[in-house]
Amino acid sequence: MIPVKFDYIHAESVEQAIRLQQESNGEGKLIAGGHSLLPLMKFRLTEPGVLIDISRISQLKEVRKEGDRIVVGALTTHHAASNDPVIKEHIPLLADTVRQIGDLQVRNRGTIGGNIAHADPAADLPAAAFALDAQVIIQGEDGEETMPVDQFIVGPLITMMPENSIVTAVSFAIPPRHTRSVYLKYFHPASGYPVVGVAAIAGVDESGVIDFVRIGITGVGDIAYRAESVEQTLLGQTPSEAMIQEASRLAAEEGEMGNDFFTSSEYREHLCKVYTERALRSILLAN
Amino acid sequence: MANVIGASLKRKEDPRLLTGNGRFSDDIQLPGMLHAVILRSPHAHAKIKKIHAEEALKSQGVVAVYTGKDLEGKIGPVPSSWLVPDANLKEAPQYPLAIDYVRYVGDGVALIIAEDRYVARDALDLIEVEYEVLPAVVHQKEAMQEGVPLVHGDIENNIALHWKAGEVADEIINDAEVVVRESFYVQRVFPSPLETRAAIGQYDAGSGELTLWCTSQNPHIHRMVLSDVLGISEAKLRVIAPDMGGGFGGKIGVYPDEALVGYAARDLKRPVKWIEQRSEHFTASNAGRDEIIDVELAGKRDGTLLAIRVKNTANLGAYLSTMGPGVATIDFGLMITGAYDIPHASCETFGVYTNTTPTDAYRGAGKPEATYQIERIIDLYAREIGMDPIELRRKNFVRKEAFPYTNAQGLLYDSGDYEKPLEKALETLNYEELRQKQRELSKQGKLIGIGFSTYVELCGFGPSEVAGAIGFQGGVWENSTVRVHPSGKVTVYCGTSPHGQGHATTFGQVVAEKLGIPMDDIELVFSDTKSISMGWGTYGSRSTAVGGAAVSIAADRVVEKAKKIAAHELEASEEDIVFENGKFQVKGVPGQQRTFQEIAKSANMAWNLPEGMEPSLEAQSFFKPENFVYPFGTHAAVVEIDKDTGEIELKRYVCVDDVGRVINPLTAEGQVHGGIAQGVGQALWEGAVYSKDGQLLSGTLMDYALPKARFFPRIESAFTETPSPVNPLGAKGVGETGTTASIAAVMNAVMDALKPYNVKDIEMPLTSEKVWRAIQDGEGN
Ligand SMILES: Cc1cc2nc3c(=O)[nH]c(=O)nc-3n(C[C@H](O)[C@H](O)[C@H](O)COP(=O)(O)OP(=O)(O)OC[C@H]3O[C@@H](n4cnc5c(N)ncnc54)[C@H](O)[C@@H]3O)c2cc1C
Repeated sequence: MIPVKFDYIHAESVEQAIRLQQESNGEGKLIAGGHSLLPLMKFRLTEPGVLIDISRISQLKEVRKEGDRIVVGALTTHHAASNDPVIKEHIPLLADTVRQIGDLQVRNRGTIGGNIAHADPAADLPAAAFALDAQVIIQGEDGEETMPVDQFIVGPLITMMPENSIVTAVSFAIPPRHTRSVYLKYFHPASGYPVVGVAAIAGVDESGVIDFVRIGITGVGDIAYRAESVEQTLLGQTPSEAMIQEASRLAAEEGEMGNDFFTSSEYREHLCKVYTERALRSILLAN
Repeated sequence: MANVIGASLKRKEDPRLLTGNGRFSDDIQLPGMLHAVILRSPHAHAKIKKIHAEEALKSQGVVAVYTGKDLEGKIGPVPSSWLVPDANLKEAPQYPLAIDYVRYVGDGVALIIAEDRYVARDALDLIEVEYEVLPAVVHQKEAMQEGVPLVHGDIENNIALHWKAGEVADEIINDAEVVVRESFYVQRVFPSPLETRAAIGQYDAGSGELTLWCTSQNPHIHRMVLSDVLGISEAKLRVIAPDMGGGFGGKIGVYPDEALVGYAARDLKRPVKWIEQRSEHFTASNAGRDEIIDVELAGKRDGTLLAIRVKNTANLGAYLSTMGPGVATIDFGLMITGAYDIPHASCETFGVYTNTTPTDAYRGAGKPEATYQIERIIDLYAREIGMDPIELRRKNFVRKEAFPYTNAQGLLYDSGDYEKPLEKALETLNYEELRQKQRELSKQGKLIGIGFSTYVELCGFGPSEVAGAIGFQGGVWENSTVRVHPSGKVTVYCGTSPHGQGHATTFGQVVAEKLGIPMDDIELVFSDTKSISMGWGTYGSRSTAVGGAAVSIAADRVVEKAKKIAAHELEASEEDIVFENGKFQVKGVPGQQRTFQEIAKSANMAWNLPEGMEPSLEAQSFFKPENFVYPFGTHAAVVEIDKDTGEIELKRYVCVDDVGRVINPLTAEGQVHGGIAQGVGQALWEGAVYSKDGQLLSGTLMDYALPKARFFPRIESAFTETPSPVNPLGAKGVGETGTTASIAAVMNAVMDALKPYNVKDIEMPLTSEKVWRAIQDGEGN
């Protein structure tokens, strides 16, 4: 478990991080918490010539409210995010999700930006990111750009990240006040990563019908997705056990179910339904 | 100190280890030390056509590259140490590096030695091996068929051994009122110690002595075997096992790797260190189990059991490991009747070569498998005749009055009282009420299961004559020296080799009690062949029952001699001296006494010893037990199954173990906990998965699920104490009970929960998907 030889430098600012990447001639790789990158390097599945450590750039650790969105600095650790008062107040789904990542050591090191930039199809965060209409804020050679998460992540470990750029923050839409949310996870007993992770937000209006619903599902295949069919079925309906069951049947509709020796695609599809059902039940039917 | 035996003392070892002051293999740094890595086969079966090592050799910092051909004739094959007789055993030679053929993914192909471990690792990628890939065989039953690839060209049908014990006439089975048949697969699992394997060799060219530090559960066995493999006198080979992060059987084996390190250190005349990588460990270290067990249990409708007939088809991997041949034969086949008085029994075992990593003893070694099949089949039998599984067990238990009891396979169970732990477990569970609750909850659609395992296992290896008779290449007696220094402080040398069990604490307690001195006055020395004359190591729950007994006897001998000196000094007759609380006291004459420390000084100074007595205060014991020991008990699991997903929650785990006299309840309970975790791991999470062509798919900790603390409820553990007559401590073994018992307990609980669906077996590990499918396919649906 020894990586190939590499150099290691610290970037003290966003600009320097970009410049160091430019100077590395494609050999450079950013490192934040290192908890996804280093395991890959130890298996020699990736062999960067130089690691550019961005973990000292303190401006990337801020969390703030900007209009109807919460902007979470890329270097915010999972642990910090799960305890952040702004996040807990406005987007508790994010806190609920990252709280279930790995163990304490992992949450102390792993970052929100690293998790999104890594685009691991088995990661937890994408479920919440899809449900919260996340946008990825990228600083590149030609300035800043913002990309919706579903355009940013395009495949397993594949993103639309431009060359020589850095994710500075991820912003999340604040759901309406009257909604509730939950993240439910069926984890792999070996890795602890989700085989199925369902992030759900929903609320009913004064007349008692569902007026807001968002469901993000991760883990099951090559890429996370929004379960839009479930959302469409529920919108405008009065929540009931029957309604939830009917809608949840469509939970795998937009997803491509993967399969391995631990779980078949058929079972993953089934889990999608059951976990969506449970998530919806807990936010729409429980008091 | 009195009453130390039986006290829950905290482990003496812990402060040192917990504060980072342990000295593990990787902590050893020697001047001029080189680093080794081993290039391993990526194919399960292939012919080696050519090895190109030139690039690697050119690389700066690489000192040497050895291939199998380079070593031919220089170091011998590494033999198995369990040559089971009357089994037509066919041992294929395992050379330290493959010569013409590789036979499993992980088979060693080349040894690289470099100035540092980074250079060594990089050089691994520079060696090019031309392979001709050959068809592989992975599954043991398949391997026995005609026309499949042969792992070793000259061994027909890949059969390494065919062994039988006992005889059950066909009529008994055919005429029985009830016969229950089932096939169980006790899947391949990995022992997975926290620390992987390691070896460091240092050769002294002047003296010709080779010192080998290695992760061994039995340094003296390593010395015996390796001196032969390396062609070096035992007197010039010193094997030391440093601190170790567990073994669980995976470090019993003498592997090619240790031989390679020793060879290279001698050849290059520089210290060489090899640390196994975690990913390497999955394929290069011996696995456990992998046995297909076909069982027939016959008896009467009233629950009287008459006969058990078993066939075990065991996957031994590509080579015979150190203890591999004995696991599915002796260890398993003689214990198939479990805790029950079943008059007829037979076991037939096939040990089969396949293109997989060798299998060897893993915590329990054969006994968990034996317990698994009897405890599972007895539940199915109970279901068949509509009897409560507890009632059926009780009806067939070996009676308390029957001990010592000879089972149908000829083993003599030393002592037992099987009802006692069962009673206690039922009481703790509140069994009747629990069954009532289960029925109520079942009406609400909940799936609750209660499962039992009333096990007995064979431990405390063992009587030397028996070892010889069963082909074990070792004496398996134990040795201890208790050396009393002039101050009265004591050093104790032991032949067992702890690696997490806490012997410094428990053996210390034995000495403290016997000599009446504080624990702090006692140092224990283990795991070094230079300071310990002989010993057979730590495995098979033998250390306390055999090694602890040797310590106890040696301590008694010290007291015996000390008493003579005290009598002499006090001018009393020996019979009038009592030894209590560390003082030799003349009976009825207060004040007329000598402390242990005073006598220690007298003995060492020898100014005034009894006529003819030799100086010093030291005694040795070589203890050869007359029999094995047989711990037993009841384990019970309560599970709840999520009907919608098949997920299993372990709600309660209750165990009452009888391990004879308990030296330290705290460490004993620790052993039970760890054992249970590994047994439940086998039942619910762990399992090696190979592709058809022999690639290990579950080869990382991302895929191979080890049990985690959060998967468990609080374990409700208790003991009953039925002393063993076999050793002076009355102790049995505790290291493996948890594993031996828990696999079946949990499986029986799950099967009980799935009773409404008439599910009889699901292959382990019980992933939620398998359980979900069983529910889908089940009758109730
Ligand atoms: C034992 C263990 C268990 C884990 N369990 C889980 C789990 O259950 N669920 C889960 O979701 N995750 C899990 N993780 C992963 C963890 O959440 C990672 O920390 C996270 O996915 C990546 O964050 P990081 O800061 O460590 O990224 P790094 O490892 O530092 O980087 C990952 C990738 O992202 C790039 N990168 C990092 N930051 C930026 C940035 N600001 N801009 C552009 N690119 C960037 C890097 O170049 C690299 O390619 C686990 C990890 C470990 C080691």
